[in-house]
Amino acid sequence: MPNMSLTKVPMPQQEPDVRNKNFEEVATGYTAEMAIEEATRCLNCKHKPCVTGCPVNVPIPDFIEHVAAGEFEKAYEVITSENALPAICGRVCPQENQCEGKCVRGIKGEAVSIGRLERFVADYHMANGLKKNPDIEKNGIKVAVVGSGPAGITCAGELAKKGYDVTIFEALHKAGGVLSYGIPEFRLPKSLVAKELENVTDLGVDLETNVVVGRSITVDDLFEKGYQAVFLGTGAGLPNFLRIPGENLLGVYSANEFLTRVNLMKGYKKGEVPTPVKVGKKVAVVGAGNVAMDAARTAKRLGAEEVYIIY
Amino acid sequence: MYKIVKKEVLNQAVILMDVEAPYVSARCEAGQFVIVRLGEDGERIPLTIADFDREKNTVTIVFQTVGYSTKQMGKLEVGDGFDDFVGPLGKPAPFEKWDRVVGIAGGVGAAPLYPQLKKLSEQGVRCDVIIGGRSAEFVILAEKFKEFCENVYIMTDDGSLGEKGFGVDKLKELVANGEKYDHAIAIGPLIMMKFVVLATKEMNLPTAVSLNPIMIDGTGMCGGCRVTVGGETKFACVDGPDFDGFLVDFDECMKRQTFFKEEEHECMMKMGE
Repeated sequence: MPNMSLTKVPMPQQEPDVRNKNFEEVATGYTAEMAIEEATRCLNCKHKPCVTGCPVNVPIPDFIEHVAAGEFEKAYEVITSENALPAICGRVCPQENQCEGKCVRGIKGEAVSIGRLERFVADYHMANGLKKNPDIEKNGIKVAVVGSGPAGITCAGELAKKGYDVTIFEALHKAGGVLSYGIPEFRLPKSLVAKELENVTDLGVDLETNVVVGRSITVDDLFEKGYQAVFLGTGAGLPNFLRIPGENLLGVYSANEFLTRVNLMKGYKKGEVPTPVKVGKKVAVVGAGNVAMDAARTAKRLGAEEVYIIY
Repeated sequence: MYKIVKKEVLNQAVILMDVEAPYVSARCEAGQFVIVRLGEDGERIPLTIADFDREKNTVTIVFQTVGYSTKQMGKLEVGDGFDDFVGPLGKPAPFEKWDRVVGIAGGVGAAPLYPQLKKLSEQGVRCDVIIGGRSAEFVILAEKFKEFCENVYIMTDDGSLGEKGFGVDKLKELVANGEKYDHAIAIGPLIMMKFVVLATKEMNLPTAVSLNPIMIDGTGMCGGCRVTVGGETKFACVDGPDFDGFLVDFDECMKRQTFFKEEEHECMMKMGE
């Protein structure tokens, strides 16, 4: 008999008035007991609506069944059969629109907390699991992946498992794309990003930073060097401004600049790194999506007294 | 690591280095820039390429030791290296079919001007250069320009080398005396480029300038290097760094350059020695 609680097992988290002053992760994660309890809320529906909401088709009810049974490593194997980045996706995927948005339990009450469970399984594996690399039969075909963000890493990981020789080219000095420069530490710790990346490089994927494809080397050059396919995972591109008067005044940042200063360039460690960041006392954030929230929360943590979301 | 194979102290505040960077040296052109980073937690410092050697796989950078990071960079020696050295970034300088070009360099601006005039002279363009500096010590690369420039004029604020005065004064004098140029390239501090452009506008002498605003990634992602050119917002990293000087809003550039002044000072006090 499933657990018919209408609400998710609450996620333990830092108190608001504590977390608004630090860059530690806000949500601290389920314990094994919490995960098992939440997992028993899954009805294991035959038609699996959650899976249709998942862009990479993770067999969600299967992994949750393992969690309910306390078989966390088996759950990890099920997730990673389709998703190379569970610790990241469990934290920053928009589950409310994807898997959880389709969950039958969400019709009356709250959906099963698929994201939190995915995160729990990934974190459990990182803390307790053994690293084992699958036996890969190399096919000798070289593929270039441009960009080491979520798209590039996923593509590289999947191709490596299929036997391709993959090289990722990254323009910045650090891999991870938006996971490194954009999403703040308190929502996605960079040590986790590094570990997930390591899982991909452990498959034999090469990573070259400081290469701007198109400038340092062209796609034609890559083909000449024997790469037989090139995957472009170059990200969102130039930030859009509002084209209103005053947007080049001092104190106006694009979210990309502000977040890159704080995250990639570690501006949140004031006094320890040379990267300057300025927030002022009163901050207006234009926009209301994930990036706007990241910017607003970051500004608050850097000492802004009043932060407004303008939308 | 990107190894330093040559280091030359040009004056008390300016250092030249040749750095092994095969990706950059293979494809860079005059006018483009690189971003260098010393090591973990280091700043990303944009520097316009001062020269390159495709055979030796090296790129020459020239920098002024003004802030915390550039002072740290100045301590590096031959055999040391940078953790990161990425490029070429930005667009190559836009050259046209000119007969005679005058370059005007201010201080360390002589370094990025050098590859532009060198390339132009290789293409058969007759080049003159005016190199300005605070005093004799701050006039750099004059001998190297003499290798291909028809005339090398030196101007110092205190008259300790060449003539006393600003580069722009020399340009006005040359043009008043009947010298004819069909293009000018001015590279140096913003205030110097602003005054050169004010003068060349009057002479109706088209002038390119090279901008080096505050930036982070250098690939168009952060938007920190915004400049207003002809009333439109441009990103110096991907739309430049060279722009038509007549259209650049220098006053805005100068304001934006000061945004982190306090923080930079604080950083020097806390982290500097």
